[in-house]
Amino acid sequence: MPREDIELILETTSSFREVLERPIKKVPTLQGKTIVNLFFESSTRTRTSFELAERRLSADVVNFSVAGSSVAKGETLKDTARNIEAMKVDMVVIRHPAAGAPHFLSRVLDAVIINAGDGAHEHPTQALLDMYSLREKFGRIEGLRVGIVGDLSHSRVALSNIFGLKTMGALVSVCGPATLIPRGIEKLGVTVYHDLDKMICNVDALNVLRIQFERHGEALFPSVREYHLRYGVTRERLDKAGHAVTILHPGPINRDVELSADVADSEHSLILQQVLNGVAVRMAVLFLLGTAHHESGS
Amino acid sequence: MLNLLLKHARVIDPEMKIDEVLDILILDGKIADIGLSLPMKKSIDSLELRDKIVAPGFIDMHVHLREPGYEYKETIETGCAAAAAGGFTAVCCMPNTNPPIDNEGIVRFVKDRGRKALDGVVDVFPIAAVTKGREGKELSPMAELFEAGAVAFSDDGSPVSSAEVMRRALEYAAMFDVPIIQHAEEVSLTKGGVMNEGYVSTILGMPGMPAVAEELIVARDIGLLEFTGGRYHVAHLSTSRGAELIRDAKKRGVQVTCEVTPHHFTLTDEAVRGFDTNTKMNPPLRTQADVDSLLDGLRDGTIDVIASDHAPHSFDEKEVEYVNAPFGIVGLETALTLAITELVYKDVLSWDQLVMKFSTNPRRILRLPPAKIQRDAIANLTLIDPSVKWVVDSNKFKSKSRNSPFHGKHVRGKALGVINNGCFLTN
Repeated sequence: MPREDIELILETTSSFREVLERPIKKVPTLQGKTIVNLFFESSTRTRTSFELAERRLSADVVNFSVAGSSVAKGETLKDTARNIEAMKVDMVVIRHPAAGAPHFLSRVLDAVIINAGDGAHEHPTQALLDMYSLREKFGRIEGLRVGIVGDLSHSRVALSNIFGLKTMGALVSVCGPATLIPRGIEKLGVTVYHDLDKMICNVDALNVLRIQFERHGEALFPSVREYHLRYGVTRERLDKAGHAVTILHPGPINRDVELSADVADSEHSLILQQVLNGVAVRMAVLFLLGTAHHESGS
Repeated sequence: MLNLLLKHARVIDPEMKIDEVLDILILDGKIADIGLSLPMKKSIDSLELRDKIVAPGFIDMHVHLREPGYEYKETIETGCAAAAAGGFTAVCCMPNTNPPIDNEGIVRFVKDRGRKALDGVVDVFPIAAVTKGREGKELSPMAELFEAGAVAFSDDGSPVSSAEVMRRALEYAAMFDVPIIQHAEEVSLTKGGVMNEGYVSTILGMPGMPAVAEELIVARDIGLLEFTGGRYHVAHLSTSRGAELIRDAKKRGVQVTCEVTPHHFTLTDEAVRGFDTNTKMNPPLRTQADVDSLLDGLRDGTIDVIASDHAPHSFDEKEVEYVNAPFGIVGLETALTLAITELVYKDVLSWDQLVMKFSTNPRRILRLPPAKIQRDAIANLTLIDPSVKWVVDSNKFKSKSRNSPFHGKHVRGKALGVINNGCFLTN
């Protein structure tokens, strides 16, 4: 995504942030538009955030989740999507465990497709809300030193953050055990650390990724205990940095695994701010894509 | 029977050390005469082939014909039609059918179907399974399979993972002087993988299959081969280090041979970026450094054979999310043109070397009689237009399937037709 597009989305987000502060948090922008939230993975946070954004733009919203659907009966993604489109849907928000699923859909459907997370590939709206939250706090992204810590190998949040932050001129570093850092990531222009204390000294903000317990069968690190000892973000660690470090987390948090409870709830944590900004960012994205599509279609 | 006079063709046969413009007279499907300006007769059709090439019939020693069991992807009939259209007078079909080719009945069935397809213009040589049910556990009845007509053994699609089973297979097959063809993949390293592991898989967030998974098995098997003797052939070699291991082994006199597919020397993992499932195959597309090494291997003879790994899948099977798509692409109808475009016109191989990789070498590895261009031999010929420029259109394939990443590619050189077993098929 080019820098101008990110700037535009962040600017638009600011206007919608104001809407969210009003007593009546609703605008008629997408009235008459139908949006389907097509969620093939469980997600409370992202789906609720999208749904709130859609309703506050006055769109008609349909939620489609895998449990109890024909997908469980073996229907293909293409058939599922085409059936939904046949019901005259304008936009599809998709969350899917397969990387590239939204790209596949955009080839087979005419509707606007929004990626709400595809496998370990990308989660663009998460990166946008992270960037918005950072800019809100620091007033800029250019030159900001941002660290990402955790399971980089299986993280769509990390990749989208790296792409977005690099485009916006931030200095990005990543940290995690060698088994969770994918090959060739340094070619994206990020600094790779395996020692969290060293990285913390060199960052203004730290995006802490969730450790996915469901992947433990793969033996990518010895134990949760050892992970917490080496890579858990604790008050003690942050104090050693000698400067304030802002904390972000895409949620949901495993308290006292990747992030200690006191840090999560501290004044340096942007976590709840991220959730609020998430709704505004998604309103901005839906608005920009929903109206652009309308113009090109007319 | 076929009577035909081929005029003014550039005849290339490395086995006979021929590369000159000649006429070939075919009577009753046999080569009756070869020479300069053979006389034309009214009763015999003649074909003007000035600036065209005639070579000993090409063989694709690695194809999946899908029959029995997966006739919706391909049948022996449609596979043979694709082979002939691609310039092949023979194919070796892999045993991962359903049921697999692991008993003599299936070997005979496949051969019989091959003889009946297109009047037998394409010879179908079955490759039988190394192990029963391709399960990697017990050896298949190799003696019986060999006597029924199997030309090699492979569990292709899956590797022979157990070193013990591979050892026994090499020892046993050596009694018949038949090669074991290995799909070299250490599966504990590739579990869940869908593409090459590296920079591109990292930015696409897709699970990778590292090059070392191929290299380890190649290294292990060369070690076994030096211990057991016998013959061993690496299918679809894709890695730089794999080529290096084979080069070194050959220098030591080890009986190892290998093949490369056109997609592995033409494309890299960069092609996966659009999530096109026609870039998904096993082994996966690798990096430019690997491609460069494969080209070196073709040049210096480390790589003996070009084979397509023709792997048809239906449209719907490939029209899914990348991770859920089956591995494999069709290749019979693009193999020759890609080799001409990417190897001959880019000065990697001479025409003579190209003929070796498509005919002489695979036939030698499989102990099939060479398709010699000489008097009294059965006319087994591939006719090539070396310079025509065209665009690949997968909708025009004779194969039942369309899963090719080369649809729309501008290419040069094309098979004009094939002559074999008294039949002449032109494109």
